[in-house]
Amino acid sequence: MPVKIDNNSVGLVTPEKFHCSEPISLSCGEVLPEFDIVYECYGTLNSSKSNALLICHALSGDHHVAGYHTWEDEKPGWWDRFIGPGKVFDTDRFFIVCCNNLGGCSGSTGPTTTNPINGNRYGPDFPLVTVSDWVESQARLADHLGIEAWLAVIGGSLGGMQAMQWSVDQPDRIKNAIVIAAAPKLTAQNIAFNEVARQAILTDPNFFEGRYYEHSVQPDRGLRLARMLGHITYLSDDSMAKKFGRDLRQGKINFDYSEEFEIERYLRYQGDQFVGRFDANSYLLITKVLDYYDPEETEKRSLAEVFSRAKCDFLVVSFSTDWRFSPSRSKKIIKALHDNGLNVSYGEVKSSQGHDSFLMTIPQYIEIIRSYMDKLAASL
Amino acid sequence: MNTPTDTTATLALRSDLQIIAEWIQPGNHILDLGCGDGSLMGYLDRTKSVTGYGIEIEDHYIPQCIQNGVNVLQMDLDRGLTEFNDNSFDQVILSMALQTMRYPHLLMEEMLRVGREGIITFPNFGHWKVRWYLAGRGRMPVSEALPNYWYNTPNIHLCTLQDFEELCRQHNFQIQERRTLNHHHETGLGLQLLPNLLGEIVLYRFTRLPDNIPR
Repeated sequence: MPVKIDNNSVGLVTPEKFHCSEPISLSCGEVLPEFDIVYECYGTLNSSKSNALLICHALSGDHHVAGYHTWEDEKPGWWDRFIGPGKVFDTDRFFIVCCNNLGGCSGSTGPTTTNPINGNRYGPDFPLVTVSDWVESQARLADHLGIEAWLAVIGGSLGGMQAMQWSVDQPDRIKNAIVIAAAPKLTAQNIAFNEVARQAILTDPNFFEGRYYEHSVQPDRGLRLARMLGHITYLSDDSMAKKFGRDLRQGKINFDYSEEFEIERYLRYQGDQFVGRFDANSYLLITKVLDYYDPEETEKRSLAEVFSRAKCDFLVVSFSTDWRFSPSRSKKIIKALHDNGLNVSYGEVKSSQGHDSFLMTIPQYIEIIRSYMDKLAASL
Repeated sequence: MNTPTDTTATLALRSDLQIIAEWIQPGNHILDLGCGDGSLMGYLDRTKSVTGYGIEIEDHYIPQCIQNGVNVLQMDLDRGLTEFNDNSFDQVILSMALQTMRYPHLLMEEMLRVGREGIITFPNFGHWKVRWYLAGRGRMPVSEALPNYWYNTPNIHLCTLQDFEELCRQHNFQIQERRTLNHHHETGLGLQLLPNLLGEIVLYRFTRLPDNIPR
């Protein structure tokens, strides 16, 4: 049994698999002849199929967004605090879908799955995908589920980029986009962090140019380092100081390289947890999805012109201490939206937890999302 | 309506709402600066089918606006309207918030940069009750329209009707129309004769002076 089950949990959930036998042409020019998408659903689709929400996961997320797979699970899905009966994404009112994206490593077609053409794992040969490719594959899933249009597409960080891309790639199939802690493209600093993370993996002696499966090893050390670096950038200086300070595990320094400070323990723990559940090739690939996301450059026109295709309403939220995707980045999105006269609301939430804030139940944040979702529920 | 518990914002809404609405054409694109809970934008949407956005800095108003179906953008007006392009709105409204701005005159410049016309309402510090309070008690006035004490008031730049019109002259803002409301929030002959003395709330519609007029 998990230590404590939320009263408003969706409970036990079972992932499902959608096999798409229609080929998908990717932005890079390659074609996947067929693919699988693993997803989970919560709540009930209403008769008019108008209450469906798509949750898009970020860099290291997956389809398991709420509830438990077994009662032995230690933790629920990654956004469980937001999804369930009576929660902000209320399963009593909405039908909620979340899928593992193409190129991921939680069951959807990606580097760890078998290439139907040669029977080997894709590994490093899996084509680099883009946010637009994800939107296309998610649209195929919507077809499969009989969902003509999402009431809302919702995501934080890289998930927010997917919500934005939905609004311009599939303007008739999305009514609302909820874009949280996102940016219209990465900054050089963002790309720099991703590059250090990639170098940690690429230079791991167990990487074998991505063909580590054949050697029955994994570049754990590199992946662990990549995750540790990522975690530093998801927190704020303040939240790290508050959570760990300079606290020592044994109350004194040992004059060695053991795990002395609490922050070291935290980062090592996060790194260790991650290597057990994530694939290095997927991590490399998804950091590239982030780096490449730049609709202005892709379309060779301004962000306002890109969003001229959008028809849906928007809610944009940023967090004061998020230095990875700062409020000023969200304001670029807002500007492109109101330049087009689109309906948009924007809240800048005061928080101490940096980029990770989007996963937290911060009262002001919850109130903003809840008021928006109440309005959507009333429109059903 | 004017119970002692009314705040400045709700008083203003009751009184200047209809006048502002008269100044708005159906379907206009509006920016409402310091929109509070979105009541004015909501009202204009219902009565004039306007489009546009409210801007508000206070956290607690953001969910209220969203709930009221008003597009709200959480921004600090003291940083200007740099997010908005020139001439992107028909009217830019600043209702009962001019006196809370760090640089009122710069915000007015911004209003006329992004909008064709500005609409400003504020509590008139020249009103006889305010003068009476200050003259009689020798203390900063506290009233229904100005409910805070000097140390906790958001109103850092209070002015009189005459002060405002002098600012407009100095900065080449052309006042198109002025309306005044007394403390019962009515208009009348007395108000037209002695607006600075009898007007508790003043409302202005203003534009930029045409460039070809010598300044």
